[in-house]
Amino acid sequence: MIKNITNLGDAALYCDFGQEVNRATNLNVINFFNNLRDKNFSEITNISPSYNKLIISFDLNLTNFEKIKKKILNLELKKLNNQINKNVKIPVCCDEKYSLDSKRVEAKLKISFEKILENFFSKDYFCYMTGFIAGMPFLGDINQEIRLNRLETPRVKVPKGSIGITEQFCNIYTFESPGGWNIIGNTPINIFNKENSKNPAVINPGDKVNFYKISIDDHKGWNERK
Amino acid sequence: MTTKDGMKENNFEVIRPGINTTYQDFGRKNLYHIGVPFSGAMDNRNYLISNKLVNNKMNSAVIEFAYQGPMLKFNGESATFAITGDVNFNIKRKKNLILEKGNSYQTYNLKSGDEIDILSTNRSVYGYLAIAGNIDVKLFGNSCSTNTKAKIGSNDGEKIKKGDKIFFSNLSNITQIKKLKYINTKIEQIRVIRGTNYNYFSKESKNIFFKNEFNVTKLTDRMGMRLEGNKIKNIVDTNIKSEGLIKGTIQIPADGNPIIMLSDHGTIGGYPKIGVVISADYDKLVQIAPSSKIKFKEVSLSDAEKLYKFYNLETQNILNQIS
Repeated sequence: MIKNITNLGDAALYCDFGQEVNRATNLNVINFFNNLRDKNFSEITNISPSYNKLIISFDLNLTNFEKIKKKILNLELKKLNNQINKNVKIPVCCDEKYSLDSKRVEAKLKISFEKILENFFSKDYFCYMTGFIAGMPFLGDINQEIRLNRLETPRVKVPKGSIGITEQFCNIYTFESPGGWNIIGNTPINIFNKENSKNPAVINPGDKVNFYKISIDDHKGWNERK
Repeated sequence: MTTKDGMKENNFEVIRPGINTTYQDFGRKNLYHIGVPFSGAMDNRNYLISNKLVNNKMNSAVIEFAYQGPMLKFNGESATFAITGDVNFNIKRKKNLILEKGNSYQTYNLKSGDEIDILSTNRSVYGYLAIAGNIDVKLFGNSCSTNTKAKIGSNDGEKIKKGDKIFFSNLSNITQIKKLKYINTKIEQIRVIRGTNYNYFSKESKNIFFKNEFNVTKLTDRMGMRLEGNKIKNIVDTNIKSEGLIKGTIQIPADGNPIIMLSDHGTIGGYPKIGVVISADYDKLVQIAPSSKIKFKEVSLSDAEKLYKFYNLETQNILNQIS
């Protein structure tokens, strides 16, 4: 499980779960994260799971590094995953209006864009972590044949809803933002919905995501039809 | 209170919004895992003092401004406010059109039509305006803090704009003026604990980091502070696997110029972390204005914990001086 705990500054614990970025390591991170959330310790102010790390921020008025480290090391883990994580379906339009990098990915991968999409839509993805900007999911793993590097020069503005791929991962730009991932489509859904105050992020760490293709007309009227 | 024609009484009309004027409080907790940072008032001590001066609960919403603040016209019967930070401001009285020079750390009463004109923060960045009573705010994650990046918090996640109205309820009038003798001292050095990637940097660069001064650039806002100076040389890898960030983290991207994460920071990053600013120095850090110099000093974790206790005690003592 946790291989090593160090301090990150004076008010956070930096828990290392191993060097490999793979699903097994990440499942350990997420299981630990879910357990900690379940405990609801009042001195913990934030928990950030990522591929292979868990950062636990705490209130320095209530505890300190050594005390909280002891508590974390003694935490008894329960199996919680099945009740917490869910399957999410995400509609994606890959019309040329939205697939901003179709030409680039075709040229880099030497595969037709149609085949690339077929490959992309052929499997479910797993959410390793959520963040950078509010609600942005980091999903994996995309198949070996369609992996490529990020853009040499990142875009200043990636449109909201854009689906991007890079290396073994794909993500969704929940807001207009600068970014360097290869954009292959766009979803009309609000992936971060602030009106849902209980859980504004549609995709949480540990969730499974299934993308499905929609037409440009479906995309256009999506939010009105709902 | 509502008048006959349905207009809410007691508000500030925003005549000039200022550069970066937002609603802030303590900030929000336990949302890092979905990409939502703490936010909250940048300079916590000055935020607390502003609420204490006007007898508010310590977690009440205030108006935070940066550099040039807003010009606000009060509509209503009467109200008491206080401004904290190193701030230049005037009060224009409707009664006689006299321009009264305002002092920070003191309460003032307003009558209908009076205006507050917050001209600037002096060689600092943030100031706070608290009003005795409640500002009507919308909460997200138990906080009103406006986060313009995620478009959450009061005012739909937007900065306060010209023509906006800031509404109040339960206004109370403090007749006896309250004053606090307080000077915002500058800090010589920002104290830092080694980061988790400290050993990614050359020996020479580690020395430079704690010896040389850096310039605070104009690319500095509530999300982060970008520095320039001697380049910090990475000898291992300029990228790490993306992982969580916390406020105060100092990252070194490939160009060798440090970036310090501030309260509205992105929650995940992939640049090596050379250090983290200690909690005790955060309020002072955020007040360092662009074009000024900054210097870092290394401290141990146990020293950082002691310094935080001391800083907190000092804040409590300041608050206790306000009766």
